[in-house]
Amino acid sequence: MATLEWSEQADRVEVRATGDWVIARLAPLEAQLRRLLDVGGGDLHFDLGDLGRLDTAGAWLIHRTLKALEKSGRQVRLQNATEDQAALIARVAANDKPHPAEPEGGNAFLHVVAEIGETVLDAWRETRDLLGFFGLTVATLGRAVRQPARVRLTSLVYHLEQVGLNAVPIVALISFLIGIVLAYQGATQLRQFGAEIFTVELVAISVLREIGILLTAIIVAGRSGSAFTAQIGSMKLHEEVDAMRALALDPMEMLVLPRILALIIALPMLGFISAMMGLAGGAVMCWVSLDISPGLYIERLYEGVTLSHFLVGIVKAPFFALMIGLIGCFEGLKVESSAESVGRLTTKSVVESVFMVIVVDAFFSIYFAVLGL
Amino acid sequence: MSAGDAGRPVISVRGLRTQFGATVIHDGLDLDIFAGEVVGIVGGSGTGKSVLLRTIIGLNRPRAGTIAVFGQQLDELAAAERQMVERRWGVLFQDGALFSSLTVAQNVMLPMREHLDLSEGLMDELAAMKISMVGLQPDACNKYPSELSGGMRKRAGLARALALDPDIVFLDEPTAGLDPIGAAAFDNLILELQRNLGLTVFMVTHDLDSLNAICDRIAVLAEKRVIVTGDMAQMLEHSHPWIRDYFHGPRARARAAELEPKQPDPKQEDS
Repeated sequence: MATLEWSEQADRVEVRATGDWVIARLAPLEAQLRRLLDVGGGDLHFDLGDLGRLDTAGAWLIHRTLKALEKSGRQVRLQNATEDQAALIARVAANDKPHPAEPEGGNAFLHVVAEIGETVLDAWRETRDLLGFFGLTVATLGRAVRQPARVRLTSLVYHLEQVGLNAVPIVALISFLIGIVLAYQGATQLRQFGAEIFTVELVAISVLREIGILLTAIIVAGRSGSAFTAQIGSMKLHEEVDAMRALALDPMEMLVLPRILALIIALPMLGFISAMMGLAGGAVMCWVSLDISPGLYIERLYEGVTLSHFLVGIVKAPFFALMIGLIGCFEGLKVESSAESVGRLTTKSVVESVFMVIVVDAFFSIYFAVLGL
Repeated sequence: MSAGDAGRPVISVRGLRTQFGATVIHDGLDLDIFAGEVVGIVGGSGTGKSVLLRTIIGLNRPRAGTIAVFGQQLDELAAAERQMVERRWGVLFQDGALFSSLTVAQNVMLPMREHLDLSEGLMDELAAMKISMVGLQPDACNKYPSELSGGMRKRAGLARALALDPDIVFLDEPTAGLDPIGAAAFDNLILELQRNLGLTVFMVTHDLDSLNAICDRIAVLAEKRVIVTGDMAQMLEHSHPWIRDYFHGPRARARAAELEPKQPDPKQEDS
């Protein structure tokens, strides 16, 4: 135990420190030492004769108390300190340099206003930089078209496997389940009007035009957009991107282009798989709950659904892919020197790309409505 | 350290075998480190100096062998007891390994905050004192690790390693990447702290100046074990080819000439 006792004499106060004054045992001492400041008047003798171990934290407490006492005009003497203890207290005293206080928060209302302004400006800068990045990507792509040897084929194939092939199971499963859900909900509602047979059209048109591709894009944004940001981000952290530049290699060509191209190639394929699996899910549900046999289901598909429905859906895929790839790589390249920024930008990348996918989808809807498709 | 610990090793490694896949790093490694001494671990690249450090502090699991710290077998301890042991050592990783989302002062305060029951004000003062002690300016306290240079990160890492006033300090190449003046100051700092606090220092290093200036004992890692331990004089006389090359190489000679110009060259070969 670390303890402190004092006795008031006629002209002075005798303070004796005993036990081990080490950091793990200091908590009770702090309050006691503060009380010491109010004890008696006159000189104060601080006796370390019975002190056990002393570490820098204990030495700091002694130094701090002595300093406070001296400041209030008392004479203080340290007694019976061993050479090491005196040296330690001296060393601690030499390092008594309080660090500057952190800047004040200021007016809370102003703070909120400033925060809003900052966010708006950030959004504007972000949009501008993303447009710039888009331009840079197109320029890089243009170079690659003129000199196809510049496309890193190995890298492209690798990313095709990562974002395309490896995503097939999850995309197929989710689309199948959504097909089932749509058919079930549609059948329940349409039965009220005796129009169950239109469940087929309901499932087919919504899956082909919207849900299949939108769902795929959202899964891919979560799976691959985030992976792009995290990969490129940690490469930036380890100065790998700088090393590429220093070796006269273009990160746009090495990192960004293969990823975006892979997405643009893979997403339409995934969208197709998703559409087919959605239709299959619908067929299963129609068969189970409405007694529409697969043969009849296909017949209804031929009658009610045209190729244009499918094309309207699939044509959006490359645009979604471009958005996801651009944002994923862009946010990854923005990572700066801390693990925390990798996490923040990865989150941002997923949120932004899902948002942009839906915005682009809305524009397509309006466009197709105007065209009457 | 209390008097009872003197003469007994604070770290005792016996028959250690570490292995990554099929690659054996250490095999039958024995090492004792006694209270209050500064031990420098040297060895060629890839001989597993850092791995040894990481194994002793429990970041790698050895395949075989025992490691005792303060006389307690680490792998037999319950989690709570283990934590008590861990609080008695501090580790400086090669690049500081500061938490990037905290300021330097918060990094130093983190172990105190988690393990002790001190007032906020006192922790603040102790952190500022430790940061100043390792030779950083007070304005470094509120900076984030990404705003510091490599040498400053190392110092901040040492301040965090010293936060709980440990009995043992593990240093992984503390002077690598520092300028010679900074490295000498770092050596001095470690030596003074070691003297005042009775620290035991386990130091992986390549810095011949550090070895010369502050190490009581040098342990040489080669052939998957500690082939020899001893002081500088014993190293200079040892006949193992690697040790000869290391301590009599051109850099070592240049340093020896600088430090003690009157000492005769201890070898017969021409230079």
